[in-house]
Amino acid sequence: MDTTYIGETEEQFAQLEEVFEKYKDVPGHLMPVLQEAQGIFGYLPYEVQKRISQALNISISEVYGVATFYSQFSLTPKGKHRISVCLGTACYVKGSDKILQRIEERLGIKNGECTPDRLFSIDSCRCVGACGLAPVVMIDDEVYGKLDVDKIDAVLDKYIAQEESGNDD
Amino acid sequence: MVTLKINGITVQAEEGTTIIEAARLAGIDIPSLCYLKDMNCIGSCRVCVVEVKGARSLVASCVYPVSEGLEVWTNTPKVRQSRQTTLELLLSEHHKKCLSCVRSSRCELQKLCKDYGVDEDRFPDTEKLQEIDLSSSYLVRDNNKCIHCMRCTAACKHQSIGVIGPRQRGHNKTIGCAFDIPLQETACVGCGQCVVACPVGALYEKSSIPQVWEAIADPEKKVVFFTAPAVRATLGEEFDLPIGTNVEKKLPGAIRRLGADAVFDMDVTADLTILEEANELVNRIKNNKPLPMFTSCCPGWVKFAEHNFPDLLPNLSTCKSPQQMFGALLKTYYCEKNNIKPENLFVVSVIPCTAKKFEVTREEMIEDVDVALTTRELAQMISGAAVNFNALADEEFDSPFDIASGAGVIFGATGGVMEAALRTAANILDGDFEVVDFEDVRGINGIRSASYNVAGIEIKVAAASGLADARKLCEEVQQGKSPYQFIEIMACPGGCINGGGQPIQKDSTRNTVPIRELRAKALYDEDASLDIRRSHESPVMETIYKEYFGSPNSEKAHKVLHTTYTPRSKF
Repeated sequence: MDTTYIGETEEQFAQLEEVFEKYKDVPGHLMPVLQEAQGIFGYLPYEVQKRISQALNISISEVYGVATFYSQFSLTPKGKHRISVCLGTACYVKGSDKILQRIEERLGIKNGECTPDRLFSIDSCRCVGACGLAPVVMIDDEVYGKLDVDKIDAVLDKYIAQEESGNDD
Repeated sequence: MVTLKINGITVQAEEGTTIIEAARLAGIDIPSLCYLKDMNCIGSCRVCVVEVKGARSLVASCVYPVSEGLEVWTNTPKVRQSRQTTLELLLSEHHKKCLSCVRSSRCELQKLCKDYGVDEDRFPDTEKLQEIDLSSSYLVRDNNKCIHCMRCTAACKHQSIGVIGPRQRGHNKTIGCAFDIPLQETACVGCGQCVVACPVGALYEKSSIPQVWEAIADPEKKVVFFTAPAVRATLGEEFDLPIGTNVEKKLPGAIRRLGADAVFDMDVTADLTILEEANELVNRIKNNKPLPMFTSCCPGWVKFAEHNFPDLLPNLSTCKSPQQMFGALLKTYYCEKNNIKPENLFVVSVIPCTAKKFEVTREEMIEDVDVALTTRELAQMISGAAVNFNALADEEFDSPFDIASGAGVIFGATGGVMEAALRTAANILDGDFEVVDFEDVRGINGIRSASYNVAGIEIKVAAASGLADARKLCEEVQQGKSPYQFIEIMACPGGCINGGGQPIQKDSTRNTVPIRELRAKALYDEDASLDIRRSHESPVMETIYKEYFGSPNSEKAHKVLHTTYTPRSKF
């Protein structure tokens, strides 16, 4: 696990300080603090957990233990565009594993990881409630259904082109 | 008090007692793997399950409180079947490399598997092997043997260190440091309380035994051993002698039979430490230097201070620990006196401690001691050399480091260093001060404090063992609220007699026998039986200062016997 500081902003850490202040006297404050911290940073890197440990006076191993126990917490950063590949039953039988594999190949990262430029991250999920459209991929809040390997290529091309042209629409 | 029945026997127990404790009152030892009284009561291993009348299913006796009229059965077919299956499931994740395991024959899991006639192969091993953490110079973590009992985690937390804990969950759960950081790079102080808490062979000291055998076999090397005060109070346990048996007289003979060229008594440099430290204390008090002064003989405590209280490092005595003083003394004074090249002298210390294995690798004093062996490692060597320990005749340590005072002996128990220092400091300040027994600082638990009026000076002292109490005393100093001039800290609860390198007692013994008290008593009894009880009255000290150092805290003494500290990260 990489523990180097990878450029969270001072503004984010200032927000984190406010969270510490807010939960200072609340019993059982570790969980809500971790949740809010993840809200601020998108994930829980070493530097953030270290500061939580210091502020709450809870050992880093305990903070880390809780952060890795619950699947709601992530230790890897999330991209500007979050790609969720549904691996639920309906999508899976329709070949979503091949779509996941294709996305991994295209972006050069594995499921659960984020590209070094922080533009894309991939996660798998279980059922987004659109089984009729299987196999389904969500990118940010957009749902893409009835996909195959060629179609997902086209979708990715669109996002990559958009980022390269600097157009945020 | 409530009355209950266990296996048909009527038992009375305090309200709030758990079934496992109540059963022990009735002479029934319910087996368990995760339970450590007052430290780890989490009901997770499921080995201690029992039947309770009216209960829907088996209950974990380590967390189930007794109540009036409760009826418990601890040994029914249902209970035995459950325990057997639990053990078989644990074994499916346990690397069953038992024959050469460091805990073989003293493994709690192994004993239970034998008792319950388990089938090792009932559930196939599913996990692939994990990497063993060999990063530190003192401790090895082999998670392939870990049974997730959490005893190490509880022990670490109890010490207020908390560098290890559970990570992930379910099948992916492992115990270790946050972010998979190697132990060496964390704020681990090396106290080894996790090792003595481990029921299996997942945690052990990094062995130095091969280097010692190699040195003994090398004709160029002169190999000298010295043994710490607390080793004599515990080594016998490894050879099935009762807890608290003092085996001082067997140590020299046993070590000679390993092939050592000389065997010395580390109590001698405990005396030396006291002469240096007591003079340093008097100097600090008289010259308004940083107070309170903390003792510095415990390397676990020193590393703890470096990580957690770097601002208090000027308050630590600059004295090296007795182990390092002995190494330095051997490589200078002893080598010069006997015309030995220091590089041909191989110095082995035998200590009750894992942190001392780290200490010998510290850059500030890397030349002093070549290898540190724990009490357990010495026992393994004695056993490996086929020495019949219990049949050995009494022998004496080798001259010139053979005679020590009672003050040196009690170094091995919490409060002992403080008492030893007071015996000498009081005598420096007031030549007529005759008190030898400073009973107020004795005792195994908590922070003990006392105040002594010596030559018109009021000296307030405190002694604590266990790093949670040490933290309290340090915070007081930081806040400017500490009333003390002199504070003794030992990292392990109870002091060196309960060190991380000491023989491991199984949980049922730990939970029912006052191990620390019995071991400490062995040392205090020896102290009381000696004619010389104050360090500065030892004839060996007189010779060493006359022939080499001149006087305590002299320039030469500072060069050889004192050291510096290094601030370290809190994480």
